[in-house]
Amino acid sequence: MATREVISTGNELAAIAAVDAGCKFFGGYPLTPSSEVMHVISDLLPKKGGVAIQMEDEIGGICCVIGAAMAGDRALTATSGPGMSLKAENLGLAQMAEVPLVCVNVMRGGPSTGLPTRVSQGDILQSKNPSHGDYKSITLCAGSLAECYTEVVRAFNIADRFMQPVIVLLDETIGHMHGKAELPSVEEVEAGIVPRKRFDGAPEDYFPYDCGPTEPAVLNPMFEGYRYHFTGLHHDKNGFPTEEIETCRKLIQRLEDKVEVHKDEVESYEEFMMDDAEIMIVAYGSVSLAAKESIRHLRKEGIKAGLFRPITIWPSPAEKIKEHTDKIEKVLVVELNIGQYHSEIQRAAARLDIEGLFKVNGRPISPYEIVNKVKEL
Amino acid sequence: MAFNYDKYLRLEKMPTLWCWGCGDGVILKAFVRAIEKMGISQNDVCVISGIGCSGRFSSYVDFNTIHTTHGRTVAYATGVKLARPDKLVVCVAGDGDALAIGGNHTIHGCRRNIDMTMIVINNFIYGLTNSQTSPTTPKGMWTVTQKAGNIDPTFDTCDLAIAAGASFVARESMLDPKKLEKMLIKAMEHKGFSMAEVLSNCHINLGRKNKMVSAMENLEWIDSITVSKKKYDAMTPEEQLNLLPTGILKQDTEADEYCDMYAEIQKAQQGLRKPISQDDFAKKI
Repeated sequence: MATREVISTGNELAAIAAVDAGCKFFGGYPLTPSSEVMHVISDLLPKKGGVAIQMEDEIGGICCVIGAAMAGDRALTATSGPGMSLKAENLGLAQMAEVPLVCVNVMRGGPSTGLPTRVSQGDILQSKNPSHGDYKSITLCAGSLAECYTEVVRAFNIADRFMQPVIVLLDETIGHMHGKAELPSVEEVEAGIVPRKRFDGAPEDYFPYDCGPTEPAVLNPMFEGYRYHFTGLHHDKNGFPTEEIETCRKLIQRLEDKVEVHKDEVESYEEFMMDDAEIMIVAYGSVSLAAKESIRHLRKEGIKAGLFRPITIWPSPAEKIKEHTDKIEKVLVVELNIGQYHSEIQRAAARLDIEGLFKVNGRPISPYEIVNKVKEL
Repeated sequence: MAFNYDKYLRLEKMPTLWCWGCGDGVILKAFVRAIEKMGISQNDVCVISGIGCSGRFSSYVDFNTIHTTHGRTVAYATGVKLARPDKLVVCVAGDGDALAIGGNHTIHGCRRNIDMTMIVINNFIYGLTNSQTSPTTPKGMWTVTQKAGNIDPTFDTCDLAIAAGASFVARESMLDPKKLEKMLIKAMEHKGFSMAEVLSNCHINLGRKNKMVSAMENLEWIDSITVSKKKYDAMTPEEQLNLLPTGILKQDTEADEYCDMYAEIQKAQQGLRKPISQDDFAKKI
């Protein structure tokens, strides 16, 4: 596997990754601490014949991205919490109409304007259900500089496989971190691109939403002779609005099942010193870096701690979590919110005695805080 | 020979959900005739609608069609057009869609002068959802949210588009389908952002409490508030009050179009030309 070393920031790597993965369109609005994604990609895309546009607001940002994706392009938007809140309704349309796109959210302190330049992981639950209604989100979370690149690449392939938006969570610390990262070669990334499925038969035989109960829609790019309809309303196999009872039920059930049945395809996690662990720390994003450092300290003191780091946050790797929590008594979830993923670990473990170390003041959690907390357990 | 609309309609979706006597069907037919006369392939047209009665427009016509969220037609269209600049992109929005919830996108679409046509079907009310006030509801009219009479000042769609920088701005009513068809052809043939406002009736939800219970009464009222631009320009400001001029109100064929300018950005970034400077714009800064 050919690799290359670069020195960069998380936000810059996310932008480069998108272009390497074949993204042709970016639409967005400046939103601290994500803005560098737009700064970088607005330089890169026109070089490759693509388009980057700064829209009039966050809503315009997601809408034009959906429009470009409907036309057939791989498309990206990037924002932070307030922008996610504004994009929510149209992320819902992309879920309903099954339009693939990638949305990078560089998390900052919330709610509301919150702490614009400081770190948080407060958008975990928002990224599960940004919009109203039932659908199954796919959310990835980068835990290193290299993953700001590789997870964005993976997100584009997942979006085209499942025909829906994929959210990639960075946090302010990872997004603005500057350092060395080992990346796969561009050739390898390009070789790994799996474009969305398309229908090549006669237009009269084409039913974009008639795709089996656990499969995504097959949406050909517009303007290629397959004229159909996109809508946020409940729709039939041609995409036309309907209120027919069974069609409505089947549609929403399929939005759930197309991910649920194939969730092994998106599942991703890291186990760090878990083989003999007697204490399991769960952390993701930038916090996992502090957690790894704390585990090295604890191990030196003879305390057998290990890290379980979900990379695919939603759907959560619940079975794997349960496998560990069934064996390990002491489980500590460390996150920069008041227990948003802690509740998911409790659910997956079916245990109410999961410990938590939470911080919501815009500052990172240091390894020493984790070390001290583990010693209290 | 009578015009055959069948080729352009999704006949299995008929009848429409529009009320008997609604002007939306007249506008749809004029649009279809305009496309036929322009000789454009259905595959090369994208029709994007929002929410409201006008929102269903896109599902009845056989093109590449998108029914978006409320107010966002121009934002979706901006993505479609920039991704495929050689295609014809048409937004169909209502007055609430274009001027209330989607006002920001309308303004900025005009400002960018991106090549698309925005047909605003203005029936002066939120018709689909039972008579709430719209930004174009005349002052003093009854609405379900202002039963004592509307006090909100009225937006003029075309004035707004002109001020925001659209390079083609025109208004007709559905009372004269031939004029309407001609206006739509000119709007779609124009390169740049074309605002085409079409005044239409909603005798059901505007008229019912405003003494226009039939389509005819509603249409007579529209007739009474419209006057050709030529006549309008000859009037005194007092005479112009509460009247809406019809016809082409602005056409600027020199203005820079956004996709064209973006192509220059691409060239500059690819080293094929110098970075863009103030001299590159049609209108000197």
